[in-house]
Amino acid sequence: MRRRSLLTAAAATLAAAPLATGCSSSSSASPSGGGSRRGRITYGVWDIYQVPAMQRAAREFERTRPGVKVDVQLTPNGTYWTKLRTACTGGVAPDVFWMNGPNFGLYADAGQLLPLETTGSDAVVRPADFPSDLISLYRWKGVQYGAPKDFDTVAVWFNKEIFDRAKVDYPDASWTWQDLISNAQRLTDRKRGIYGVGAPVREQENYYNSIPQAGGYVISKDKTRSGYSDEHTLEGLQLWIDLIHRYRASPTLQQMADTDPTQMFQSGTLAMTYECSYNAATFHADPELRAKVDVAPMPRGRHRATVLHGLANVVYARTPHPELAKEFVQFLGSEQASLLQGKYGTAIPARNGTAQPWAAGMPKFDLQVHLDALDYAVPYPTSTNTAAWQHKDQMWLAKAWSGTESLKGATRSLTDAMNQLLAQERRGRS
Amino acid sequence: MSIDVRAETAVPAQRTSQDRLDQRELRRRERRFQHRDKWWGYALIAPAGIGLAVFYLWPVVQTVYYSFTEWGAFGGTSWIGLSNYRTLVGDPEFWQSLGNTGIYTGLVLLGIPLSMVLAVLLNLKGLTGTGIYRTFYFLPVVTMPAAVAVVWRWLYNGDAGILNHALSAIGINGTYWVSDPHVIRFAVAVVGVWMTVGYNMILLLAGLQSIPGDYYEAASLDGAGRIRQFFSVTLPLLSPTLFFTTVLSIIQSLQVFDLVYLIIGGNTQNALQNPAYSEGQTVVMLFFQKAFYDNQRGYGAAIVCVLFVLIMALTAIQFRLQKRWVHYA
Repeated sequence: MRRRSLLTAAAATLAAAPLATGCSSSSSASPSGGGSRRGRITYGVWDIYQVPAMQRAAREFERTRPGVKVDVQLTPNGTYWTKLRTACTGGVAPDVFWMNGPNFGLYADAGQLLPLETTGSDAVVRPADFPSDLISLYRWKGVQYGAPKDFDTVAVWFNKEIFDRAKVDYPDASWTWQDLISNAQRLTDRKRGIYGVGAPVREQENYYNSIPQAGGYVISKDKTRSGYSDEHTLEGLQLWIDLIHRYRASPTLQQMADTDPTQMFQSGTLAMTYECSYNAATFHADPELRAKVDVAPMPRGRHRATVLHGLANVVYARTPHPELAKEFVQFLGSEQASLLQGKYGTAIPARNGTAQPWAAGMPKFDLQVHLDALDYAVPYPTSTNTAAWQHKDQMWLAKAWSGTESLKGATRSLTDAMNQLLAQERRGRS
Repeated sequence: MSIDVRAETAVPAQRTSQDRLDQRELRRRERRFQHRDKWWGYALIAPAGIGLAVFYLWPVVQTVYYSFTEWGAFGGTSWIGLSNYRTLVGDPEFWQSLGNTGIYTGLVLLGIPLSMVLAVLLNLKGLTGTGIYRTFYFLPVVTMPAAVAVVWRWLYNGDAGILNHALSAIGINGTYWVSDPHVIRFAVAVVGVWMTVGYNMILLLAGLQSIPGDYYEAASLDGAGRIRQFFSVTLPLLSPTLFFTTVLSIIQSLQVFDLVYLIIGGNTQNALQNPAYSEGQTVVMLFFQKAFYDNQRGYGAAIVCVLFVLIMALTAIQFRLQKRWVHYA
């Protein structure tokens, strides 16, 4: 999500504006009575790179349903949630919109989403069609609210050129944390300004993986306690701090705050970087980079693990077209729409058995690694108001990463802050 | 001469009762006109007044009300009394951001003497190309803070920034200006000064040019040199403008948001992992974070209410103190 620049987002918004206004006179909502489901629905999304795929899916849906019009509305990620929350409060949110794990609890808990049928003939989403962790990510108190749209897993991306020069074997499934550390040290070439691996304070890409790999946890299963004081959790965090300070195989946090590690990787200053699958398309789009990078599974700690996250399509509770909106969500989760999404390359479609076109579209990379990761995936840690404590965890951990605070001290404060927020959630004050 | 005087003094004595009646009628009419004028006055300022009330005063009242409430993510408030303010007092993040804002404000105020030096130099007689210089110094003022922040972020970049490049040429190892907790406040304040210096300079220049030349003539006749003239004539007569720029700079600096927010990294991963985030965060940034990301809008309202009171108090103190140093000619 971070890769899109302000400029492209602004350009896209400008570009989309005439599109939205140009369409507005063509048709209008008709009463849902009389058996026919006609009308105009809106679809809220935040990723400019996925807009073509989403628009294509919308056209396909319109083709099979005469009299139906779907407007794809792009809001840049930076303002998406603020705008959506305001729109929901005012009763004017898009009929169908994208949802992510950290925000889902808040919307489901506040009754902003429409429950989706999971059984029977009018099932909108059939759980068996999707990875179970993704299905459960969008289930709230036993009710399904989201239909998984895509998923992302994490893997290690590496620069073959730097590996060849340092005469280090490419990473593979056999690598452990120890291999990562020793090889990252060998790959580091300070004179050239090259580092073995990037160790930023990224939750999904870095420590949400290393924590379960070490046997720790971020939040307890019943979502009432923080796991940041757990011994194993600390181990999972220490790995990154050591890579920076002890083994000096990663740029410092200050350097990475100045220049994004993904950009460092793209410009050839990082030999390895942990990245989500959605960045594959970005790397693939650059022919020069495409030729010299590839992907391997993450090195294992005590266990092999990757955090699994994915977006879902949800229906706004106060939509004037609930049936049509549900139908659209059902269509987006269908095999046809999933394959279409995969073909466009940015995100891996969530529906079982439709991921192959995504991997096949970029044959230069061993993308099967990202797909195989599903086998050892762990669910993305969430609670009702995930965003609130997630912000705290990055701020506190940044202090530990930069060395201004000890890891023990930072996680102690973080545990307190997170537990306090979780207690507030339980009191219904999220 | 004497006749004239008599005639003048005699007039009231010659007034008849009819005259007095006319006089009363005249005053009555005048009052009526004044009355009508008054209403016209009110009518003409009403549109602006209504705008102010609806878009400014009412939100202020509302914000004060909300600061006593708990606000759910999707609306719906509940009264919790002083709870938000109690939390605020014990919130280290709030005190830290208040301290950061105070330091920033102090540093930006240091830019005022700089603006004055520039203004005095540009006011020198016989200087050519002043128009170009004025434009040059004023340019940052008309540039969007967002654009300024993005450009300075690049200048400050520890590995690729032009600043460190220049420093290395003279043998100095530059730091990571926007991610070093010890440096961030100064780095941001430099940009703050850079942005405001032109505005203050233009104001002070106008102040300088409104000082009549006679004073300087008189001073030089009395034997005062340039330095003496500056301290005895220029500075006292410029004090109203200086007062104005100080009050304005303090208010603006206490409310700083976009510049610092974007230099730190905006709403990106870079901002969250910036180890200098806590040292750079200003009060308004904290408000933004609480109200729009953490869903604690009531708490956010309390933060800005405290800031509001603080600004009012500081401004009131300045107005009180102005008697001691501001001279209106």
